[in-house]
Amino acid sequence: MEKHVTQINDETRLGLYREMLRIRLVEEAIADRYGEQEMRCPVHLSDGQEGIAVGACMALRKEDKIVSTHRSHGHYLAKQGSLKAMLCEIYGRAPGCVGGRGGSMHLLDDEVGVLACLPIVGTSVPLGVGVAYAAKRKGEDTVVTVFLGDAVMEEGVFHESANFAALHSLPVVFVCENNDLSFYTSLEVRQPDRPMTDIAKAHTLAVCELDGNDAVTVYEAMNGAVKKARGGGGPSFLMCNTRRWREHCGPRYDYELGQMTEQEFEALRADCPMAKLGAQLREAGLLDDAGEDALRAELGKEIEEAFEFARNAPFPELETAGDHVYA
Amino acid sequence: MPEARSLNGAEAAREALFESMERDPDVFMMGEGIADHGNFFGTTNGLMEKFGSERMLEMPVAENAMTGIAIGAAMMGQRPVMSLQRVEFVLLALEQIFDNAAKIHYATNGRHKAPIVIRLVVGRGWGQGPHHAQSLESVFAHFPGLKVIMPALARDSKGMLIAAIEDDSPVICIEHRWIHFAKGPVPEGHYVEPLDGPRVRREGSDVTIVATSYAVLEALATAEALDKVGISAEVIDLRVLRPLNLDLVKKSVAKTGRLVTIDTGWITCGMGSEIVATVAQECFSELKAPPQRLGLADYPTPSSRSLVTDYYPTPEALIDCVGEMVGAKSEQMEAARADMAEHRGGLPHDVPNPTFQGPF
Ligand SMILES: Cc1ncc(C[n+]2csc(CCOP(=O)(O)OP(=O)(O)O)c2C)c(N)n1
Repeated sequence: MEKHVTQINDETRLGLYREMLRIRLVEEAIADRYGEQEMRCPVHLSDGQEGIAVGACMALRKEDKIVSTHRSHGHYLAKQGSLKAMLCEIYGRAPGCVGGRGGSMHLLDDEVGVLACLPIVGTSVPLGVGVAYAAKRKGEDTVVTVFLGDAVMEEGVFHESANFAALHSLPVVFVCENNDLSFYTSLEVRQPDRPMTDIAKAHTLAVCELDGNDAVTVYEAMNGAVKKARGGGGPSFLMCNTRRWREHCGPRYDYELGQMTEQEFEALRADCPMAKLGAQLREAGLLDDAGEDALRAELGKEIEEAFEFARNAPFPELETAGDHVYA
Repeated sequence: MPEARSLNGAEAAREALFESMERDPDVFMMGEGIADHGNFFGTTNGLMEKFGSERMLEMPVAENAMTGIAIGAAMMGQRPVMSLQRVEFVLLALEQIFDNAAKIHYATNGRHKAPIVIRLVVGRGWGQGPHHAQSLESVFAHFPGLKVIMPALARDSKGMLIAAIEDDSPVICIEHRWIHFAKGPVPEGHYVEPLDGPRVRREGSDVTIVATSYAVLEALATAEALDKVGISAEVIDLRVLRPLNLDLVKKSVAKTGRLVTIDTGWITCGMGSEIVATVAQECFSELKAPPQRLGLADYPTPSSRSLVTDYYPTPEALIDCVGEMVGAKSEQMEAARADMAEHRGGLPHDVPNPTFQGPF
């Protein structure tokens, strides 16, 4: 893929940092409170992977669409999905983004283009391609981003969808978050030793492999892919390497399950997308302790209020449970 | 038969896998995350250590190919036990199941067979939602050539799974998540609980309740409550959904004259529909009241706990249904309800037992 050297400005860099911090604080708050057993649904947390969500979504317009997976909190928040609606959904409350019907694995905010986050592996990929097909037919210049995990590359539906997207030169960007794991099974147990980007290349997608823990790099690559898609140049595939920190599903860190040693975990966590950009910002004089504190206080307040809101929000009425079976 | 200890359904299934793998080197397991710390809901503990990664085959996340690969290997005499954590994950593989697994014996004029077992789990924990809580047994039960089983008691979780693995036909074994927690006597060592049809789990004379899987456990508890108010319910555990053998059900209805079915899935086109149709056809003159069907409310499973309070067929709904059929007095029904409530001991409706911590 063409290298796009975008001159990323200071404001954008600070914005990336802020959005990452926001996602991090939300995931941590969920993990902290999960034990209260009031969030009665599975949660797949994404701390450690914020660089991809934020880098990708920062390159999108509000009208652009995204679809995502079971691990969607970061994508949803980075695309500016409502935090209150997300927390209400996780708490099973009426103002939740789908009225308590879905829980954490079914987030949605179509005001800002978060169309569908769905938990069956690969299920949202063709939906995203279909959305792009509709945009093309209608002559709209929206771009669709399909977030997917590395395991999706193993499902037939990825290939069927990529084939069609390429055939019709659709405005799609596939953003593959390669965190090496599916549940707790490493990539080497599931796929032969070949670059996943080669698969996408074989479908004639423009490809690029990058450090998913470098939000600036993701943003720049995404800018290129989005520009290409919007200009009718067809689909791209960004493979973003990263690691998740917590257990596949739930609040604990992976090492707490004995999946790795604490030292291994700390080594992994040292490659933190937020710390990486934070250090650059500090070096450039764009961030200092006071600035960081102010940011944390501001975000902490927003998050605390959203949790308060969710915990006090009404549950959906039982009589409404059967609504919307048919359109 | 060897002596029985008390095990839960998950431990019982684990013993079935262990015994089968130890007896027959052609048996191997395949699936996604089948040997990580979760041990497939506690059904695979120690199997990796004992049998190694070749027989605890970790598969790519590709259910359609996985199923076809299992069928191909089975055609060559292997006995794969494919295990998926949710029923929904196998929806990607229905073509392989319906066209190849179900038909390979028939369409090859008996030359090939596909002795595979596909274990699928019905999720009913906290907030599993529309894609992770479906009970789709009647979909599989539609197809000639498949065997479809749903164990309820721990003894069956082991004995029926062993029978399934030794069976020469493809068997879909649907394990409701909440039977994994339920304890019961389980014999040691190798034994088979035949896949030949239903069993009477409790005798009674006023009404026949036919239930599957977790609903059997609830029906048994409810039958106790009904008994105390003078209503005698016979509880039949369906066990084998295809091939469907209803001899025992017909015999029971001849005695009671009343039939209630409980599906763990939706009522429309569910197992209850099939049972009621057969009973209406063959036992019409013996019926004292129109048969009744219970099952899930007729919409997808919502996540919020407040939306599922009466989504599942509750013991209260069963008491009401039976009470009305036998013409019970309202005091009797009240008393039975109160007894059930006491039996539940104040547990929230989304919790199967006091130690349950969610979400799975
Ligand atoms: C079709 C299907 N198969 C299996 C699963 C179970 N499952 C849920 S998440 C997951 C791992 C997916 O890994 P990946 O796509 O790499 O995303 P990650 O969890 O690493 O973010 C699996 C196997 C599922 N939800 N759907």
